[in-house]
Amino acid sequence: MSKLSYERPFIQKLNTGSMNKFGTKTEFAPVTHLDGIRVSKLIEDYGSPCFVISERQIRKNVQNANRAFKTRYPKIQFAWSYKTNYLSAVCNVFHQEGSWAEVVSIYEYKKALLNGVEGNKIIFNGPDKTEEDLALAVENNSLIHIDHFDELYSLVGLLDGTGKKARVAIRVNMDTGIYPMWDRFGFNYENGQAWNAIIKILSHKELELVGLHSHIGTFMLSTSAYATAAYKLCDLATNVKLKTGKPIQYLDLGGGFASTNTLKGSYLQGADIVPTIDDYAEVITSAILNSNFAQDELPTIILESGRALIDDAAWLIGSVVATKRLSDDRRATIMDFGVNLLFNAFWYDYKISPAQEFTHHTEDMVIYGPLCMNIDCIRESINLPLLNKGDQVVVHKVGAYNMTQWMQFIQMRPKIVMIDMEGKSHILRENESLDTMMELERMPEHLKNI
Amino acid sequence: MTKRKITVAVSGLNNIDSPGPGIPVIRALKESEYFDVRIIGLSYENLEPGLYMRDLVDKSYSIPLPSSGTASLLERLRYIHDVENIDVIIPNFDAELHSFIKLATQLKNDFGIETFLPTQEQFESRHKSVLYEFGEENGVKVPYAKMIFSANEIHSLKNDFTYPLVIKGKYYDASIAATPEQAVNYFHKISAKWGLPIIVQEFVSGNEVNVTAIGDGKGNCIGAVPMRKLYITDKGKAWAGVSLDDENLIEITNRVISNSKWKGGCELEFIKTKEGEYYLLEMNPRFPAWVYLAKGCGQNHPEALVRMALGEEVKPFESYDVGKLFVRFSFDQIVDIKDYEKISTLGEL
Amino acid sequence: MQINKNIAISDSGFVFNPSTGDSFSTNQVGLEIIRLLKENKSKEELIKELVLKFSTDESTLEKDLGDFFMMLNSYQILVNND
Repeated sequence: MSKLSYERPFIQKLNTGSMNKFGTKTEFAPVTHLDGIRVSKLIEDYGSPCFVISERQIRKNVQNANRAFKTRYPKIQFAWSYKTNYLSAVCNVFHQEGSWAEVVSIYEYKKALLNGVEGNKIIFNGPDKTEEDLALAVENNSLIHIDHFDELYSLVGLLDGTGKKARVAIRVNMDTGIYPMWDRFGFNYENGQAWNAIIKILSHKELELVGLHSHIGTFMLSTSAYATAAYKLCDLATNVKLKTGKPIQYLDLGGGFASTNTLKGSYLQGADIVPTIDDYAEVITSAILNSNFAQDELPTIILESGRALIDDAAWLIGSVVATKRLSDDRRATIMDFGVNLLFNAFWYDYKISPAQEFTHHTEDMVIYGPLCMNIDCIRESINLPLLNKGDQVVVHKVGAYNMTQWMQFIQMRPKIVMIDMEGKSHILRENESLDTMMELERMPEHLKNI
Repeated sequence: MTKRKITVAVSGLNNIDSPGPGIPVIRALKESEYFDVRIIGLSYENLEPGLYMRDLVDKSYSIPLPSSGTASLLERLRYIHDVENIDVIIPNFDAELHSFIKLATQLKNDFGIETFLPTQEQFESRHKSVLYEFGEENGVKVPYAKMIFSANEIHSLKNDFTYPLVIKGKYYDASIAATPEQAVNYFHKISAKWGLPIIVQEFVSGNEVNVTAIGDGKGNCIGAVPMRKLYITDKGKAWAGVSLDDENLIEITNRVISNSKWKGGCELEFIKTKEGEYYLLEMNPRFPAWVYLAKGCGQNHPEALVRMALGEEVKPFESYDVGKLFVRFSFDQIVDIKDYEKISTLGEL
Repeated sequence: MQINKNIAISDSGFVFNPSTGDSFSTNQVGLEIIRLLKENKSKEELIKELVLKFSTDESTLEKDLGDFFMMLNSYQILVNND
């Protein structure tokens, strides 16, 4: 007689509360393949843990976003937000799809140039641009989005007497009815600061005011705030036209579109409450179309969406290091990845799926990472099948900010691979090694011997 | 007349001391003149009393909590529908309405299951935080309210409010503050529990009167019965109430339902001041737990809802009995542990 | 250490402890273990029988039983009679 398959014994108290096991199979249905490749094969080839990016999903997202806006408005330009994920291969997928580059530091700026982006298709945002940075941006005819008066005066000083011109926009912050209001970047609309900045710019002929920029927040669950932002930018733009007779060329509505991840503390699943890209497109384009622009003077709409275009195009795959029982009888599962790789686990309840089949029995558990630090917790409470050491899991929708905010702390960072349109995998970034780390270190002579 | 046989799935079987509307809705449907109804109970917890009321609920199934997402819910409903062939679903919990509204089209197109729910926009438009705007749009007085995010804003309220005023949580809790100091105090207390924003509301004194109503989604109010609570529990729930003769209230209800083109059942909670003015305090987007009183007064609202869900034309009710009381009672059912085992381990009973 | 003899178990994996009023759900291996415990089997006998019935080995069982017994204890399904 053949033996029955074994699953570790498990018993759990029936609470009268949530009987989530019925009907919620989707929550822990195994995910065995990513874009056609077995998870176990990926781990065998590239190690565990490992980030896996889907080129197909990125292209699908950016094409869908372009469709949503272009079917509603004639002049649309997307600019890829480098800080969201600046792996060059990822950036180039966006550039191949027609996106410009949106950068917020000289590091990102130079990376965009290195990737082959033309200077006039780079938007230079951010509060920290040195005079050297500004000079380089002027040289390349890039779009400089001024954040504060100090920057404005630096730029004026820099150009004085050189005969050179800079193409600039100002970043405008405003009350759009959302909380918290982002007022630390740019010039305020309500108190007249933004209009003052515009007047200053118009008074310097070496500055060409080509656009207006706002970025109202992040993970915006309400679309109406974008309508308010668009109206206020339109108001400034029409006043500029009245004053100078020249129309503003573009309105940059920034980013902030939510991905379908579930925010911590949210009762409903992200996928059920976040607006679609069409919802955002509808309010932004109708607000601008309803403003007082002449038909032939409609400004281009620039969008710097990051998160919504990349989050669901990447997974983190990893393995169970150990399972244990906490003092209050809760199950704890330790993974070989933690907040060192998933910085955004501080804000998201990431969805995690097993990568192999299980029975229908599930248990509540805490998921910890491998760091010897108490903060290293990926999920405080999640219901998963009875995992054992060595089992593999898939963390979903990790494409935004993790591969830029990850930290080399205690553990070294793993490989990042991409699965291309044909289902072939490529390494985009090697894993770090002791050599990688030591390359930057220097040892004073007197400390060489111990 | 032979009654049409239909299967209706109903949630809100928590007929406890602060009851859900499920069992009252089921009673009204079981007494329908048009339908011979088989009831499928949808439950979230294994001790919801309705699960064990076998004379009212023919079969029950556990369904996933709204927090697990609509994909899980849809999968579970697919399974239930395969067995039961559901004609209509009537969800009765506030927290689950978002999911059912989202799935309504899919339920109809993929399974042929009908619902009769407000649109997402209607559902959002009567939220506490925007009720004042709702009142302005629909021609009904709502105590002036403002959302605030910081206790510092309380001191600048003197331009818009006079004391006393009401400090309310986004979802639950409300306290009456007589001074700014008290208001700050309540702000901290309530925001610690329910988060931000906090709603500051004009205080209106008077008697509370409620209406259970139903709209056809085209601007017609199909039925409305007003009620005044006669006795309330320590949780503030009605334990007994009486149907009222109040033409003004019916007229206001008609206006709200027809202006907003409300679709489905709802409960309107008003304060009637000494001067005879009506202020809308809350609009619940589903039948109240006392909806069976409407049936008792001659307006079977759940039946009307099912008829409209099935595409029938329903004429507005023209009258109801005034002076009918409802008096709740509690009742201990004896349940074999086998039944508890079934719902706990199989998710079906 | 002994199992509470009044524990009621059913094939569905439903476990009822009549002395506390608590109900539990368990999986197939857990159910088998509780059955064997009710037959007064020792831990060693238990491991032997389970290895025969399920595709597993003694060291895995040793580790898993440690955790499972801890839970049975915590749920007062196992009682200390010393």
